[in-house]
Amino acid sequence: MNYNTKSPWIIHYDGTSCNGCDIEVLACLTPLYDVERFGVVNTGNPKHADILLITGSINEQSISVVKQLYDTMANPKVVVAVGICAATGGIFADCYNVLGGVDKVLPVDVYVPGCAARPEAIIDGVVQAIGILNTRQNELNQEKKEEKKEEKKVRKNKTME
Amino acid sequence: MKIVMMIVKIMGIIVLSPLIGGLLSGIDRKISAHFQGRSGPPILQPFYDVLKLIQKENIEVNRFHRFYIYISLIFTIFTTTIVLMGGDILLAMFGLTVAGIFFVLGGYAANSAYSFLGAERELLQMMAYEPMVLIAGAGFYYVSGSFFTSEIARVSIPSIVYLPGVFVGMVFILTFKLRKSPFDLSMSHHGGHQEIVSGISTEYSGRELAVIEIAHWYETIFALSLVYLFFATKAPISILFAVIACVVVYFFEIVIDNSFARVKWQMALKTSWIVTSVLATANLVVLSFFR
Repeated sequence: MNYNTKSPWIIHYDGTSCNGCDIEVLACLTPLYDVERFGVVNTGNPKHADILLITGSINEQSISVVKQLYDTMANPKVVVAVGICAATGGIFADCYNVLGGVDKVLPVDVYVPGCAARPEAIIDGVVQAIGILNTRQNELNQEKKEEKKEEKKVRKNKTME
Repeated sequence: MKIVMMIVKIMGIIVLSPLIGGLLSGIDRKISAHFQGRSGPPILQPFYDVLKLIQKENIEVNRFHRFYIYISLIFTIFTTTIVLMGGDILLAMFGLTVAGIFFVLGGYAANSAYSFLGAERELLQMMAYEPMVLIAGAGFYYVSGSFFTSEIARVSIPSIVYLPGVFVGMVFILTFKLRKSPFDLSMSHHGGHQEIVSGISTEYSGRELAVIEIAHWYETIFALSLVYLFFATKAPISILFAVIACVVVYFFEIVIDNSFARVKWQMALKTSWIVTSVLATANLVVLSFFR
């Protein structure tokens, strides 16, 4: 087990939403749901975050923003699309400037259904995201180990020569 | 034998201070959560955070950006060790200033607007609290006749009797050192306060962010050891009183943190200088008349 399962830090980005899911995400932080119990912190800084929560659909203006947010996050990272708009574009899907769901731009790992998504559903989505985060961390650790092994091999070969 | 004992002691301080500091930080988060009607994270949460950050990928902005943070950590450890080993309090304070300066340089090195802003504000904060720290050192010298913390902690009457004004000023500027509202201008260290993203720590991720956190734990221990010095005397029972005083001051800072909004830098600078010049200086002047 990795420690990121105990301290998943979140960055929350609002695309073209009606602010409904937005408010529900923040409701998770309130005394009633209190996600800080699980070590969840709303960071507001992609470099510190593990989980990218996106509410609302993606429009032409927000493509670059979302991409940059994702790129500046340190590995391992997980993307959670909250609400029906983030999944497919929802009620805004036919708008001239709306591209559709978040998966048009980023690799989405967890979809949280609902309009607006209920806080319970959002917490459930985050918990699933934590599971994915754990497997990604294991993969990353494996990669690091293999890299070190190869480095050792290269060094050994050099000294043999 | 003496040298071996000393090395063991130093190692103990280096290992134990972050553990206690981290635990205090966890208790802080728990109490803050209860103030807000939440149950809050587990007390070991700060350790989970740091262990996670160490595991994460390291994003390198540039080479010096990381270098400054490690130097800052080394000087913070140096400062804490000096104070707890009974060393020269002035040396410790200058060590802390050097650590602070390297931290600020790290903020400037990132070439990011947020961390630049954080660095500027950190400098302002240092300007605000530094005079008070030095006056406290001078006050301790007045009372005990020595700058060594081992001597300061061995006076017959606790220093607070002579230095009430300096103590109040010290508690005032501890809010800067513990990075609490209303004086947490340079970075939003504690979760929930995030007006300028996160100041100096904005561009740090992974292991360096963990190092910032660990350095802060050392700093917390240093700050509380200054409070300890105000109450410590020759009598062994004073250790108990001093530790209770530290706990009370820490709790007081948590209450302040939760009940005040962040102030503007002008306000922070003005109030801290007014407190320093009125309370602390007056305290020293009065003391010099009676001695």
